[in-house]
Amino acid sequence: MAERVTDTRVVLSGVELDNPVIAASGTFVYGEEFKDFYDINILGAFSFKGTTREPRFGNPTPRIAECESGMINAVGLQNPGVDAVIEHEIPNMRKFYHKPIVANVSGFSLDDYAYTCERLDPYADILEVNVSCPNVRHGGMSFGTQPESAAEVTRAVKAVTTKPVYIKLSPNVTDIVSIAKACEEAGADGLCLINTLLGMRIDVARRRPVIANKMGGFSGRAIFPVAVRMVWQVAQACRIPIMGCGGVATATDVIEMMMAGATAVQVGAENLRNPYACKEIIEALPAEMERLGIDRLSDTIGIVK
Amino acid sequence: MYKQGIYKIVSNSRIAKSVYKMVLEGDTQYVTAPGQFVNIELEGKFLRRPISVCDYDERAITIIYKVVGAGTEQMSHMAEGEELDVLTGLGNGFDTSKAGERNLLVGGGVGVPPMYNLAKTLKAAGRQVSVVMGFNAEDEIFYAEEFKALGVDVYVATADGSVGTKGFVTDVIREKALQYDYFFTCGPLPMLKALYDATGEIGGQLSFEERMGCGFGACMGCSCQTKYGTKRICKDGPVLLKEEVIW
Repeated sequence: MAERVTDTRVVLSGVELDNPVIAASGTFVYGEEFKDFYDINILGAFSFKGTTREPRFGNPTPRIAECESGMINAVGLQNPGVDAVIEHEIPNMRKFYHKPIVANVSGFSLDDYAYTCERLDPYADILEVNVSCPNVRHGGMSFGTQPESAAEVTRAVKAVTTKPVYIKLSPNVTDIVSIAKACEEAGADGLCLINTLLGMRIDVARRRPVIANKMGGFSGRAIFPVAVRMVWQVAQACRIPIMGCGGVATATDVIEMMMAGATAVQVGAENLRNPYACKEIIEALPAEMERLGIDRLSDTIGIVK
Repeated sequence: MYKQGIYKIVSNSRIAKSVYKMVLEGDTQYVTAPGQFVNIELEGKFLRRPISVCDYDERAITIIYKVVGAGTEQMSHMAEGEELDVLTGLGNGFDTSKAGERNLLVGGGVGVPPMYNLAKTLKAAGRQVSVVMGFNAEDEIFYAEEFKALGVDVYVATADGSVGTKGFVTDVIREKALQYDYFFTCGPLPMLKALYDATGEIGGQLSFEERMGCGFGACMGCSCQTKYGTKRICKDGPVLLKEEVIW
């Protein structure tokens, strides 16, 4: 019997990916830390560390807390700022990574978002605009929690770039669908969901929060069902492509997320516990497709209605 | 350079109150300096457990850990022959090229283990080594004999005075008027700060601890600010030069 050929390719707003697996922002830095583990050119793409206009140290430590099947982080957008990213990080990354780049951008004002996206436009295949980081007071969160402010960010960024603009949405909202639709109507090329769920742990012996910032973003396997549900809900309501994100740890998870409506799938926290997570998932995809009778992975996008 | 590998537990035994010594057999080529650490995957735990390397040779890595939570508790029950998924070669480790002629090595509690291979390395390089170990009480003391067997001077301080000098590591250094021209240390933050202040103009290296996510520089969970910029304790540390530390 001839071996069946499995096709893992997907297309995100004209950007062709060898496979739908994208390393999620904040878990893959600028790629350097993973290149000693494996050749990261096997990735569909990767979304680099959330970048802001100015350098940021982030929140005080401790800013990590372990949970059952997941973790909380309150890093708070630590990054060297857009100038250093363009001057050092991207040229360094391009020495060992030649596949599409998703540039993740955060800001504290419409002007910040527009400025940083405009600066990163020449280097990015896709701009991923984070309106959902829960760690920054008076910042990212407020834009992502209201349809109108999310739409404003979308319009501000669309005005300065010709690259596909994906808005990364927060799950910490009453109605994610209304925010997703507002972004779509404002011209977003796609959406990325979900960012982390707001969480908290308490050290019961010391009677105080584990994390210095008290609360943080909960990610990891535990949030997968929430992510699948939200991707599905948004896919029912919007026509633009979705990068599904949240708790993905296996090739089966990737397919499940795609069936819910994702065109590509991001792997986040799993990279931090298993540095080979993306590699293992990508290598397992063909066999898993075969097991499920899937010839072309893109055929499964949104098949669950 | 760091690497993931499967390691076989050769031994795992209690050596002091809540303190265990585990010997892991496997590929040790990525451990390149004393003061580095390994990150151990445990069944049912989302994050790995970072533990400093006490000693290493061509075939095995020795770690000493204290039971402080569910993860280390689980480790303490593991038996000889069981296997662990471990990332090795993590952290910068101590830079022994900067060592002096007379080196003071100071370890507090489970900050003692990384001093062992360091002492060995410095002795092999023909340097003088004095080791100061600080513990709370007699039942927590470990490795004093092992250090003595390396042919180094060993001084112990206990907070309750049950063994050696009563007080902190800085009390022994003062009481014995220890002479040194460089120091290396690992231990709890208040001890590091006290030693930093007590060493005056003398240079040294301090190994820091912070709650980590990944252990290889990807999550930015354990960052700190230094005079040389922002550093990740796991990747750019855990060892910082005295001159760059900001308290």
